[in-house]
Amino acid sequence: MTANDFNTILPEFVLAAFALGALMFGAYGGKDKVAPTLVWATSGLFIALALFIGLTGTGDRTAFGGMMVDDAFARFAKVVILTAAAAILLMTQDYMQRWALLHFEWPVLVTLSVVGMCVMVSSGDLMALYMGLELQSLALYVLAAMRRDSAKSSEAGLKYFVLGALSSGLFLYGASLAYGFSGATGFAAILSTLGQGAPVGLIIGLVFMLSALAFKVSAAPFHMWTPDVYEGSPTPITALFATAPKVAAMCLIARLLHDAFGPIPGQWGQVLAALAVVSMFLGAIAAIGQRNIKRMMAYSSIAHMGYALVGLASGTAEGVQAMLIYMAIYVTMNVGTFSFILSMERDGKPISDIQSLNMFSKKEPLKALALLILMFSLAGVPPMLGFFGKFYVLKAAVDAGLVWLALAGAVASVIGAYYYLRIVFLIYFGKESEPADSTMAPVQWAVMVAVSAIMLFGIVNLFGIEPVAAVAAQALVQ
Amino acid sequence: MTVVDYAFYAFAVVTVAAGLMVTISRNPVHSVLWLILAFLSSAGLFVLLGAEFVAMLLIIVYVGAVAVLFLFVVMMLDVDFAALKGEIARYLPLSLLIGIVLLMQLSLGIGAWIQADGALGLRQAVTPAVDQMENTRALGLLIYDQYLLLFQLAGLILLVAMVGAILLTLRHREGIKRQNVLHQMWRDPAKAMELKDIKPGQGL
Repeated sequence: MTANDFNTILPEFVLAAFALGALMFGAYGGKDKVAPTLVWATSGLFIALALFIGLTGTGDRTAFGGMMVDDAFARFAKVVILTAAAAILLMTQDYMQRWALLHFEWPVLVTLSVVGMCVMVSSGDLMALYMGLELQSLALYVLAAMRRDSAKSSEAGLKYFVLGALSSGLFLYGASLAYGFSGATGFAAILSTLGQGAPVGLIIGLVFMLSALAFKVSAAPFHMWTPDVYEGSPTPITALFATAPKVAAMCLIARLLHDAFGPIPGQWGQVLAALAVVSMFLGAIAAIGQRNIKRMMAYSSIAHMGYALVGLASGTAEGVQAMLIYMAIYVTMNVGTFSFILSMERDGKPISDIQSLNMFSKKEPLKALALLILMFSLAGVPPMLGFFGKFYVLKAAVDAGLVWLALAGAVASVIGAYYYLRIVFLIYFGKESEPADSTMAPVQWAVMVAVSAIMLFGIVNLFGIEPVAAVAAQALVQ
Repeated sequence: MTVVDYAFYAFAVVTVAAGLMVTISRNPVHSVLWLILAFLSSAGLFVLLGAEFVAMLLIIVYVGAVAVLFLFVVMMLDVDFAALKGEIARYLPLSLLIGIVLLMQLSLGIGAWIQADGALGLRQAVTPAVDQMENTRALGLLIYDQYLLLFQLAGLILLVAMVGAILLTLRHREGIKRQNVLHQMWRDPAKAMELKDIKPGQGL
């Protein structure tokens, strides 16, 4: 291991070392009593690393013989992942503490999962990619089942684990076909053997890998696990599922397709386009009948993944840029929305029933307003930031000649707007009934208000995310 | 056909047959025994490929440890395998159909499978030639040098598995009398016992 290797994986190394230290500190330093301290320390470290990566990272370097890549694309993804994970840790602490879920393993497992995500987005080799994917998923399986005395939580963990193992198997099978064709697992080496076009065997391998990764981003028709796992897991864990891992898996798809299979966009573009159309419509239509807000957010995330895949399906640098912007906005919206869902309770019990939001505006006008902004943004109503995410994605599709895909996206977003607007309707004009309580810790409240403000004022210049995403996309697509 | 060819076919047929028997034998303990046979004949295949270290590893780790552990688990678990089998029989026609379709698709894919021009070179570039270095050394160089990062990441994954198992199963129950070995050893007989001389006809 040379100094260059070490410097390239410095963020991952620091995170892994911290996780080991935190585990020791937790195990010998008072078990669950030190959990709040660890949560604060972990989120502080995440934010510090995000700043470090965002401010000091330059250039394009590889380590371990091309196994790890550190470029603008990886740095963009890592900053989003670390920030999202830090926000989730901070805003869920109060909930975890109140419902006796705050074990000291929680920040440790989140850290290890984030290590996996960082490896995923900066992998340059099928083996490193798989290691990152498994590290990330395994920690998430455990977290899904963390509420041990709840049958639903155990079911969520088991379901996620079994289906996740199946998708890992599919991925490995696809990877073995790709290795069989090209004789190498490094992305650059696979790329170098594609000069003569892609034979059927390699395409089958590619489709296997894409199916497995579609499972990880919960794109239809590989979405079956999502509603059950979202509903069954404790709400803080659901919030985590909906944010950081989605970014990592989406960026992983982009990295794999452009770094290893860049010259044959015709082959994978249509697969992604099909996944995108199915996800957008299924997410929009199936969410309408949901009564549980966590299940609704699951279908919402399926639909959103469809839009992000539209960006990737166009196969251009513009498309990757649109995907990055979309994912950053999506994560921000979800963090805000879940900070509210975490606070919903009645008679001292957490609830997630949509009907309990009836006439919520009478009780808490400010929170209702923030929720209104978030729902408008999720639906993609124009002045909010969520609209710009969709706009960039659909524009990239049109520019790449996929007008039909962009049209399908526009139609699906109109259908999908219904269930977001229904929540707004219930809050302001619903039936007269006793609305749910909303108990928020200061951090949660600050996160929700801040995210709503971002959604509203982001219209000015999107907080300068656009040029950064452009640089990141340029680094990936050459 | 040389002896090696005969050996290959013998091992290959036994591996496939044993694999089949693992899934269809009625008694789960027999399944595990068939599994051991499958491991052993796969080890034979590895030896034929010139990978003697992996072959020994397969026997020591899989047959010696994993399969024995399996055997214990199967015997300890009180699972009604007959009922499970009945459940499987209900879905058998559909699963057979899906299996056959999948098999045909895969064979189409593999039938059309070709190798890139530079693939052989790329495949051989990773390790030195077999006649230059023995297996164990070459593996060591790969795992602890070239693939160090992967090795460490695999370690982290195993750590997550361990932390997860403890998090999901360990329960601290209150109010139980636990054995404390040190406490027992440091017990002082002089303090633990008190001798009292009681006069006849008087109470304590």
